[in-house]
Amino acid sequence: MAITPPENRLWWNEPIERIEIAWIVVAFLWGLFMFFFMIAWHFIGNQNLSTETYKITPAVFEEKVVEFADKYTVGEEAGVPLVRPPAGEDVYLLARLWEWWPVLELKKGQSYRFHLSSADWQHGFSLQPVNINVSVHPGYEQIVTITPTEAGEFGIACNEYCGIGHHMMTGRIRVVE
Amino acid sequence: MTAIDIPVEGIPARTATFRTCRFTGLKVDIAAQRLIMVNAVAAVVFLAVGGVMGLLIALTRWPAVHLLPSEWFYLVLTGHGANVLLYWIIFFEVALLYFASAVLLNSRLATPRLAWAGFWLMLAGAVMTNVAVLQGDSSVMFTSYPPMLAAPHFYLGLILFAVGALIGVAVFFGTLVIAREERTYEGSIPLVTFGALTAAIIAVFTLASGAIILIPTFLWSVGLIPGVDPLMYKVIWWGMGHSSQQMNVSAHVAVWYAIAALTIGAKPLSEKVSRSAFLLYILFLQLASAHHILADPGMSATWKIVNTSYMMYLAVLGSLIHGLTVPGAIEAAQRRNGYTKGVFEWLRKAPWGNPAFSGMFMSLVMFGFIGGISGVVLGTEQLNLLMHNTLYVPGHFHGTVVTGTTLAFMAMTYYVLPLVFQRDIIWPRLAKWQPYLFGGGAAGLALFMMGAGTLGVPRRHWDITFADANLQFELPSGAFLMMGLNGVSALLATIGGGLFVVIAVATILWGKRLDKSNAPLAFPLHKRAEAVAQYGGHATVKLPGTVVLVSIFFVSFVLYYFVNWKYLSELWLFR
Repeated sequence: MAITPPENRLWWNEPIERIEIAWIVVAFLWGLFMFFFMIAWHFIGNQNLSTETYKITPAVFEEKVVEFADKYTVGEEAGVPLVRPPAGEDVYLLARLWEWWPVLELKKGQSYRFHLSSADWQHGFSLQPVNINVSVHPGYEQIVTITPTEAGEFGIACNEYCGIGHHMMTGRIRVVE
Repeated sequence: MTAIDIPVEGIPARTATFRTCRFTGLKVDIAAQRLIMVNAVAAVVFLAVGGVMGLLIALTRWPAVHLLPSEWFYLVLTGHGANVLLYWIIFFEVALLYFASAVLLNSRLATPRLAWAGFWLMLAGAVMTNVAVLQGDSSVMFTSYPPMLAAPHFYLGLILFAVGALIGVAVFFGTLVIAREERTYEGSIPLVTFGALTAAIIAVFTLASGAIILIPTFLWSVGLIPGVDPLMYKVIWWGMGHSSQQMNVSAHVAVWYAIAALTIGAKPLSEKVSRSAFLLYILFLQLASAHHILADPGMSATWKIVNTSYMMYLAVLGSLIHGLTVPGAIEAAQRRNGYTKGVFEWLRKAPWGNPAFSGMFMSLVMFGFIGGISGVVLGTEQLNLLMHNTLYVPGHFHGTVVTGTTLAFMAMTYYVLPLVFQRDIIWPRLAKWQPYLFGGGAAGLALFMMGAGTLGVPRRHWDITFADANLQFELPSGAFLMMGLNGVSALLATIGGGLFVVIAVATILWGKRLDKSNAPLAFPLHKRAEAVAQYGGHATVKLPGTVVLVSIFFVSFVLYYFVNWKYLSELWLFR
């Protein structure tokens, strides 16, 4: 029994049941497959998170976002600048207590280099209803090249707890044809 | 103690007093028995506190109820994590370690006084953290990611708890050494003790990681150092946060083997295979910190892939092996007990009325199907982006820690009460229903949270209508339905969990005493385990039922895995 010492003192010499061997082989191969499939997706897939990251102080990043917004602002939504960067341009999105700033307007099918960082605490970029989720840290600027594949109005929630206003932290991305 | 507490002569224990268990014949060190009792009682108390907090959270996230105001919601959520994920489980695990070493090996416990010191440290730490949380300025969530700052005694409590638990682990190691030196057992340690040893080794790594990162965080909170890097914190903190769950896995797998042995006399199909599977845990489970950094900046894809897969899924392989060997051992034992008709007579006629068995078997099935499969999918580098930090994550770990670990530990309690506390279960008929209520509710919780997460519901979030937000948007209506069903499941789980706490406490206080040699036992301890003889050697074991069960599991796993890749391929493009 499992609660007493093995009856056979030389238990490591006992032959293994066939069914156990068979399952170990199947499970091991499945594990190898899943392992190599992650690597393969970097070559065959179009959804891989970039690891391009730079250290940056929150104040410097904030300046860069403001500069970007000033350059391409075309309007305002609920008091937040609506920013329309040219296709293929670098895009800056600031996470702070408690908003995603500014509102972006992008073109469907065009690629943008998104610069993500936080001005204060950790936040979670959660694009809805697409459901793409990326962690955002203060002090680290992560650059992800994003290509919207559908037009419409998309919300950004924060899914990393960031204090008492966490549930009020939202943002918006508009994608036009 | 009374009549049966006769110290057995000729044993090398120098100071310990023993009694002999009238059910198992095991020699029980009274000092170890008391320590098992206090740790188990502390565990149940924190389960009750954390469980009530869990109910409040679920009722708040139920859109139609939305019970707590936001400040209270975040406060209670912080307390819930610490109380159930750390205190309930680790107190119980310390009790298990003492049981698996001193009791199963017929040995005295090493340094009971040090073990008591560990217990008081753990208790002081647990209370201190709870006080910090309830004071209201430490609603930083269980993970306490910097630069968000809690009160110093929030961190200090966690550190004290970890040090106390480490002492418990050291006492376990010491007891193994004593048992070996004093030759209290023949040959190798039992498989269950081996599983506990696995948990203890992982615990050292886990608790050390916690100390390494929480000590500087504590120093930062009192102003002695200027800050803690948020990314470094996350990598090391999860060396505790996730590895402690691997400790739970090792511990509850050991419990599965123990209950299978106690209820129906199951013995491992092969000691070598089951022990090797535990060894895989020791070697590879610690890499799981990466599961929480997959959507974060700063780590290379190579680092993520190697670590998140536990080095080519070798630790997952360990769990998959137990997923076959535990039901396989049960089937073999049941067939030895005479249930040989068809493919599933052994399963149909299993002791489903014994809450220890039903709890254990549900834990086994749900840990695999709900917690295990979702864990591998969630821990796949790219698939993680689909559900990182959504409610899918709590869905996954309620599948592992609630339907897996907690249910297994509850099942084990039905043995701890008669064997260690020497009290008959007070309401056996009520106890019979307890695992089904709790298991059913917890399974619902896990599944509906996972469903909500795939629809984009963020975790740790007070208001998914975003009513107070400046830029508003709506989640799909299905998400709200899921949250309602989650609330109903939480009610069910609370009834089951509450029943467990009430039965355990009432049994300890008023259950019939079993310490007289002729005291009758109403609760069905086991099902004629004596009848078990050898069943087959190699190549003669036929386990068609287990083959069918494992095949169903494997097909579900593969299908679910590829469905998620299909979802991922439909997302916006990013690189």
